[in-house]
Amino acid sequence: MSALLELQSLSVAIGKVALLDGIALTVERGQILGLVGESGSGKSLTAMAAMGLLPLIGGRVTAGAVRFDGQDMAAMTEVQRRRLRGGRIGFVTQNPMTALDPVQRIGAQVDVVSRLHLGLSRDEARARTLDLLTQLRIPEAETVAEAWPHQLSGGMKQRIVIAMALAGDPDLIIADEPTTALDVTVQAQIIHILGHLVRDRGVSLLLITHDMSVVAQVCDRVAVLYAGRVAEEGPVGPIFAAPAHPYTAALIGCIPQAGMAKGSLTGIPGAVPSAMTFPEGCRFHPRCPRASQACRASPPPILSRGEGRVACHHPEVSA
Amino acid sequence: MTAPLIRIEALGKRFQSGGGLFARPRAMMAVRDVTLSVGKGEVLGVVGESGCGKSTLARLVLRLIEPTSGRVTFDGTEITALSPPALRRMRRRMAMVFQDPYSSLDPRYTLADVLAEPFRVQNEPLPANRVEAMLAAVGLPAALAGNHPHQLSGGQRQRVGIARALALRPDFVVLDEPTASLDVSIQAQIIALLADLRDRLGLSYLFISHDLGLVRYFCDRIVVMYLGAVVEVLPDTATAPRHPYTQALMESNFAPDPARRRAIEPLSGEIPSPFALPPGCAFAARCPRASDLCRRQPPALDGDATHPVACFHPL
Ligand SMILES: Nc1ncnc2c1ncn2[C@@H]1O[C@H](COP(=O)(O)OP(=O)(O)OP(=O)(O)O)[C@@H](O)[C@H]1O
Ligand SMILES: Nc1ncnc2c1ncn2[C@@H]1O[C@H](COP(=O)(O)OP(=O)(O)O)[C@@H](O)[C@H]1O
Ligand code: SF4
Ligand SMILES: [Mg+2]
Ligand SMILES: [Mg+2]
Repeated sequence: MSALLELQSLSVAIGKVALLDGIALTVERGQILGLVGESGSGKSLTAMAAMGLLPLIGGRVTAGAVRFDGQDMAAMTEVQRRRLRGGRIGFVTQNPMTALDPVQRIGAQVDVVSRLHLGLSRDEARARTLDLLTQLRIPEAETVAEAWPHQLSGGMKQRIVIAMALAGDPDLIIADEPTTALDVTVQAQIIHILGHLVRDRGVSLLLITHDMSVVAQVCDRVAVLYAGRVAEEGPVGPIFAAPAHPYTAALIGCIPQAGMAKGSLTGIPGAVPSAMTFPEGCRFHPRCPRASQACRASPPPILSRGEGRVACHHPEVSA
Repeated sequence: MTAPLIRIEALGKRFQSGGGLFARPRAMMAVRDVTLSVGKGEVLGVVGESGCGKSTLARLVLRLIEPTSGRVTFDGTEITALSPPALRRMRRRMAMVFQDPYSSLDPRYTLADVLAEPFRVQNEPLPANRVEAMLAAVGLPAALAGNHPHQLSGGQRQRVGIARALALRPDFVVLDEPTASLDVSIQAQIIALLADLRDRLGLSYLFISHDLGLVRYFCDRIVVMYLGAVVEVLPDTATAPRHPYTQALMESNFAPDPARRRAIEPLSGEIPSPFALPPGCAFAARCPRASDLCRRQPPALDGDATHPVACFHPL
């Protein structure tokens, strides 16, 4: 059986600016793929591309393909793609406020998804909504269904957005930084809920985050994105135990923890380049402690490593 | 502990809100009876969730807003009792770095203007080459002096915010979530810069954050706030928490290591509305250890203990 979502050497541009370059990712059925990188590295663009939403922001695929359940998204009609989104592909954004209509009650907003995508009657849809809210540990689901978005806390709103993503009975959820705006205790709840959805319902998840500790907590595989390219990709165990790419290692090293020696947290010097100023050779070389002449001159080779791969001239070859 | 530079005693702040055309005004205590001190050269961390009163506490400590009750003493002088001119002179020695580097810098100003402003406020001449020196101190090239804030990245903007705070060579800086809007890679750069400045300039910090992992890395002692009140003060970063809320914060903080996944036991209830606090412990509705006593009576914080905890059933 083919993978559920596959980006095949996908390149994306907006106008004349090439933003994504040869992105290759696979989300297997019932698995969680973490897509991680600093802001501006291309995570949200990748999500837009995966949902066939690039035209919305004036972008287009310049090479490669997106396949959902074996089908080429580019070969589908817009009507088919629209039926997929909200149906078999659910989407959770970073800011729940942009996903919720401020002048519509919560319940009605969730109901409409299952009425549209599953053809449920009004009563059936409401029963499904209440069931979903309860599963997402929303207390007093019936009261919340009658509430307005502004009456709910941020964590509660994000759970409503997840309920909307689930209402169409999706096979895949794409969640773009679903917990970045939330408190840690609420983040823990949302991550817990998302993890359970995958284990209990066999949903697949593309989880976009900038936080390596979220990836470590819940993902099966991780793809590290830098300046529009995949730096490293593979199962989380080996990658966290021995990151091969210096960028992966640096991202892990940026997480502050108790017991770390003072002064050991130094960050990554410099900043993510914008697409207009991508450096020649390896795009990470101006910030990389291992950079050599080869790194400045030519793009790194893509090397396979265990069940994953790394794009680097000088990958760490530790066990 | 070193001699306190800042002493905060029974500080409280009440806000009135609503009171529109139809709603009756409602009052809430954003900060409730907070007592703490910051030693010379100390980094005191304050953690808590959104809305628990961290920024309000920060603004009270520098008297950017007036307290409803209590007082703040800075190096022996009660600043909550100072006249406006005396307060302005005292402000030379205290500074603040704001939560949001996007809105805290005036977009019409160049960086040179931003960094000259503290001198203008104090009616002091700007020393020669000071702007360049300040930029250099926070790791920014002097060539940026003529730029406007929107031409900078978030990390660069926060460096400017730090440079502005240090312009008049203060002794004490309140840092209100200085890295909350930044990438972890840039956060780590800023924290390294703050540590270096503290060492070189002998600064004391009140460091506010919602990230317990970050606070445990950077701070000497840690104050944990919940709904406006202090629930625990960790005397150092190694001491295990005793308050169930601190414990919950700790467990919500994931490790960047798939071999150390946490068994998440999500807190059950919701945070109560600050406008309608329950009669007992404010955390009781979410607390796995709560008893009837907790729901009836508020637990007191033992301010004199080396490890104060406000809980009837501490861990
Ligand atoms: N000027 C004000 N008028 C009325 N209420 C206020 C005012 N400023 C703050 N509050 C309320 O006081 C409480 C504490 O707010 P504060 O900004 O101090 O929280 P915080 O801990 O800094 O949160 P965050 O982590 O989101 O920055 C909140 O409930 C807030 O809505
Ligand atoms: N609508 C757009 N028009 C032009 N450039 C864009 C647009 N959206 C994103 N970009 C650029 O593409 C790059 C990747 O952006 P994005 O995918 O949003 O990153 P991330 O989600 O990782 O923060 C950035 O350099 C950004 O400036
Ligand atoms: S290719 Fe070179 S510059 Fe790029 S990450 Fe690897 S070592 Fe660093
Ligand atoms: Mg994004
Ligand atoms: Mg705040």
